[in-house]
Amino acid sequence: MDSEDEFMSEPPSGDEIDFDEGTQDSDIGSLSGDFDHDHDNGFGYEKDILANPQKPYEVDYRILSPKDIHSHQERQFNEVSSIIELPPEQAAILLRYMRWNKEKLIESYMDNPEQVLEAAGLGPTLAASPKTKTVKGFTCEICYEDDPTMQTYAMKCGHRYCVGCYSHYLTQKVKEEGEAARIECPFDGCHRIVDSKSLKLLVDPSIQDRYEVLLTRTYVDDKDNLKWCPAPECEYAVECAVKKRDLNHIVPTVRCAYDHSFCFGCSLSDHRPAPCSLVKQWLKKCEDDSETSNWISANTKECPKCRSTIEKNGGCNHMTCRKCKHEFCWMCMGPWSEHGTSWYNCNRFEEKSGADARDAQARSRHSLERYLHYYNRYANHEQSAKLDKDLWIKTEKKMTSLQTQSNMSWIEVQFLDTASKALQACRQTLKWTYAFAFYLQRNNMTEIFEDNQKDLEMAVENLSQMFEKPVNELGSLKVEILDKTTYCNRRREILLSDTAENLKKGTGCTSLV
Amino acid sequence: MASQKRITKELGDLMNSPPPGIAVALADEANLYQWKVTMEGPAGSPYAGGKFDLSINLPQNYPFKPPTVVFTTKIYHPNISNDSPPNSGTMCLGMLKDSEWKPSTKMSAVLEFARQLLKEPNPDDAVETKIAEQYRNDRGAYEKEARDWVKRYASGKK
Repeated sequence: MDSEDEFMSEPPSGDEIDFDEGTQDSDIGSLSGDFDHDHDNGFGYEKDILANPQKPYEVDYRILSPKDIHSHQERQFNEVSSIIELPPEQAAILLRYMRWNKEKLIESYMDNPEQVLEAAGLGPTLAASPKTKTVKGFTCEICYEDDPTMQTYAMKCGHRYCVGCYSHYLTQKVKEEGEAARIECPFDGCHRIVDSKSLKLLVDPSIQDRYEVLLTRTYVDDKDNLKWCPAPECEYAVECAVKKRDLNHIVPTVRCAYDHSFCFGCSLSDHRPAPCSLVKQWLKKCEDDSETSNWISANTKECPKCRSTIEKNGGCNHMTCRKCKHEFCWMCMGPWSEHGTSWYNCNRFEEKSGADARDAQARSRHSLERYLHYYNRYANHEQSAKLDKDLWIKTEKKMTSLQTQSNMSWIEVQFLDTASKALQACRQTLKWTYAFAFYLQRNNMTEIFEDNQKDLEMAVENLSQMFEKPVNELGSLKVEILDKTTYCNRRREILLSDTAENLKKGTGCTSLV
Repeated sequence: MASQKRITKELGDLMNSPPPGIAVALADEANLYQWKVTMEGPAGSPYAGGKFDLSINLPQNYPFKPPTVVFTTKIYHPNISNDSPPNSGTMCLGMLKDSEWKPSTKMSAVLEFARQLLKEPNPDDAVETKIAEQYRNDRGAYEKEARDWVKRYASGKK
């Protein structure tokens, strides 16, 4: 994902919603409590916006910080631990083994605890909380050291090794092999999983941190309703209930705490109004050289006899295939012999053989032109989106110079920033409307869509024009720019609402049928 | 480093009481990490009577990383590559993969496992798929070919 994407955002709006929602997953509900303490900073303001009514193109989601994810897991460990009466670190292993399906875990555990424990690598439970100790007459089976003062450790499986070897083993697993949830006891043939308490007892803090990160990663990766923000280095995850099968009817755009906006369905940047599958199709179409063959079919003809591809290189319509020596008329594709011996006189226009070839030719031409129509507009907006970064930097400069030239305060020049953001968001949407339109089925909805598209495009161009006026004129244009910004946002909203509603109803896209 | 003491001990044990059909020595007296093993083909297998040389390389952080075991004598076997170098003679053993290797596993176990594999090939985890197929479908032909290879490459006459 491009880092440009982070600029693709409106002011924090009603997207981040609903901490109180009655979710299907009880564990999710339990999370809301975490927002009350220790890191309200990033979230507090969002609660106030929750009152915003949801728009048809928006989805419910929640942002999770690394801490949230951590406490989210802890909570589930404790919950399961209290139900099945095992220590939380063992509950953790069981939960990871069951891919976080709590109900299934509890059910099968109640059914047959031994079997579940065995399968999850927890073997028969023996004794006490983990600590290292010295053992008289002990030789470590890994390094063969037998120093009697050596600290040793064994999990409940009883396989004892010196702390040095144990730690080396775990460190290597975590650091080099990126393993966390499935590290087994070092003994050959023992499948007992090393629990977090044991690991923390034995390795350096930096390795413990890495271990936590890896565990957290598997947690988010394992759950269908969680996704990492795809922005580079971003450590936030988003929770969203939209299912894979709904992706044809909804474009679940979400935004992390750093305002990185992305699609929960495919992790690409915001591609509303086009649904994921269509985006994938479109990107592939633009990428692969199927368009080369499109050019070929638009600019060349096939020899009616041997099917070799021929590009006409001279004015004469009397063609002789270089390969099979077949003679034919480039105009009507019929055999030249039917034209008689006279100099070009194609009076065979209605000849069936020629007509078929011409039809195919025309269809291919039309399809190419259609594609290029949409592609050019798509690419144009994409190009503009790539200039977003410059635009944004320019905006800041403009704001500063406007501040010095007029007597406006920083707050008062914010309208430029708002306008710039609106422009970017609208361009992004416009770009995808063209990919969307390419696959759109022609019906009476199409017209409404195209009208919406046209209105948005005009609004954007108007604002864009105004935005590029010299700085000394900007001050006097403030009201107008504000108006046009609002209008742009409104047009975008209307377009998105309309398409989102149609998608939900399942009308419109040819490719989605 | 833990490895020296451990390797010395393992090597000592293997030399003093070698497992049946297996002889271990250092390839170079000055280097603990490079072993030369001679393995007798197990009785009752088509490899019986053959003498196979193996080259074993222990990584610097042995036993936390698995050793590599390579047959330097050509052998007709589903689990041992007869590819051209550098892959010739490599074995595909689950226990020798990084993710499955346990530091408590001893070389004696590895070698015994390798010898056991001569007796009972594992066609489901084959490197040489053609040999594996033949092993499954035409045991007789496989055994004959294996015996031929023993005569040709592993008869001990250099």
